Amino acid sequence: MHDQPSVPELVQAVKNFIDHSAAPELTGRAAFHARVASNVLSIILRDLETRPGNDAAEKASLIALLDADEDTPLGDLNEELQRRIRQGEIGVDSSDLMTHLKMTAIRQLKVDQPGYSGLAQALKE
Amino acid sequence: MEKLRFPLNVAKMSDSQEFQNSLAGLVQRIYGNSVVLESADRLSGGASQETWLISLNGEAAPASLILRRAPGGQETSFDSAAIGLPNEAKLIRSAEQCGVPVPEVIHILGEDDGLGEGFLMTKIEGETIARRILRDDRFATARKELPAQCGHALQGIHTIDVSGHPALKHSSGIDQLDYYEEIYQSTDSCRPILDLAMVWLRENAPDPLEPVLVHGDFRLGNIMVDEDGLAAVLDWELAHVGDPREDVAWMCTNAWRFGHSDKRLGGFGDVEDLLHAYAKAGGPSLTPDDIDWWETLSSMKWGVMCMLMYEAFRSGSDPSVERAAIGRRISENEMDLINLLERQTHA
Repeated sequence: MHDQPSVPELVQAVKNFIDHSAAPELTGRAAFHARVASNVLSIILRDLETRPGNDAAEKASLIALLDADEDTPLGDLNEELQRRIRQGEIGVDSSDLMTHLKMTAIRQLKVDQPGYSGLAQALKE
Repeated sequence: MEKLRFPLNVAKMSDSQEFQNSLAGLVQRIYGNSVVLESADRLSGGASQETWLISLNGEAAPASLILRRAPGGQETSFDSAAIGLPNEAKLIRSAEQCGVPVPEVIHILGEDDGLGEGFLMTKIEGETIARRILRDDRFATARKELPAQCGHALQGIHTIDVSGHPALKHSSGIDQLDYYEEIYQSTDSCRPILDLAMVWLRENAPDPLEPVLVHGDFRLGNIMVDEDGLAAVLDWELAHVGDPREDVAWMCTNAWRFGHSDKRLGGFGDVEDLLHAYAKAGGPSLTPDDIDWWETLSSMKWGVMCMLMYEAFRSGSDPSVERAAIGRRISENEMDLINLLERQTHA
């Protein structure tokens, strides 16, 4: 299958259209939604670039934390962690849990909202 | 672009004519025939609630008013806790009697008015947009005055006699934890940080204080601020009977510091100054530590609210890009929750 232009290039092209052609023509609610749409395309670009690495890091961290089988899918690992948290088997007193959750949140936020103040705060600590 | 705009304008035309006629009639019933409706401009609002700037011409009336209305009269807010516009109007009148700066409610819409549910109020001059209040030089004095003014206003709000407002629901901290936990679990989402926050909140819940009238959405964005500080407390639709610490903590929530994380109170001040003014005005004496649990509750709530707004997209009920995008803001609250929980365990 051809890959020129690539998916990121196509997304960037649509973002260029929204930012430079469409948004300046819009007012009110439509202009607001155009800004949101442009931000969404930025999220898509960051997600495309980082998801394989982020998912692999999250999975490795969960396998270590839960002492789980290497082949367990990421979704199942998170559900097992959710179950243990809800049952009280693991909680805020586990520094391994807190480190895992913090690193996962940082990676997610770097994709979702890299400018968020809480991210800068977490990276500072 | 033109193709899209044209039919929308046509569809709006007949509705807008009927709206203008009803509004013009209402204005004359209130102020007499010498006052004429000059214009009505939609300021903002979602699908169910609208805010309009009403311009009037005539000596017997103010130059402008604000109309808040739900055209269909139905309450379709994503948060079923909303009390509805007529109750909101009555509450604003009670707040005024308790010395809280609020707009004056001129008229509560009745069925005969033909405008749906809502109310007319005076227009308070000032700024609601948080980023401007936090950044612009002209609000430098306001930012200094706001913590104490907010403490004073909250003390007034918390003394409103709830017996005059039977529509208000009682909702304690644990009630809210139950409510949002149930919503979260019903979405079948797997966000372990939210689960951890909910478990921690349940294990560490403080004893409730004497229940008071809680504003429920007291933060920048919902207060009118002028150069001297607090001009009016707005947006009363989430009011309920509950714990006074909830209102203090909501303004402290990192999401409502609008990027200025270093200032715990709304990105502009110290919560100590608010609490000091609050106690001086006659409210219970509280310390910043008393707010911690409630701030964690607030971040959890806002995370689940973002999730709910995204659910509106996922279910197909609201296909807007804004509702989809807000699902990618849940991680902001997860980050805040981890920061808060880390601090609690190190304390």
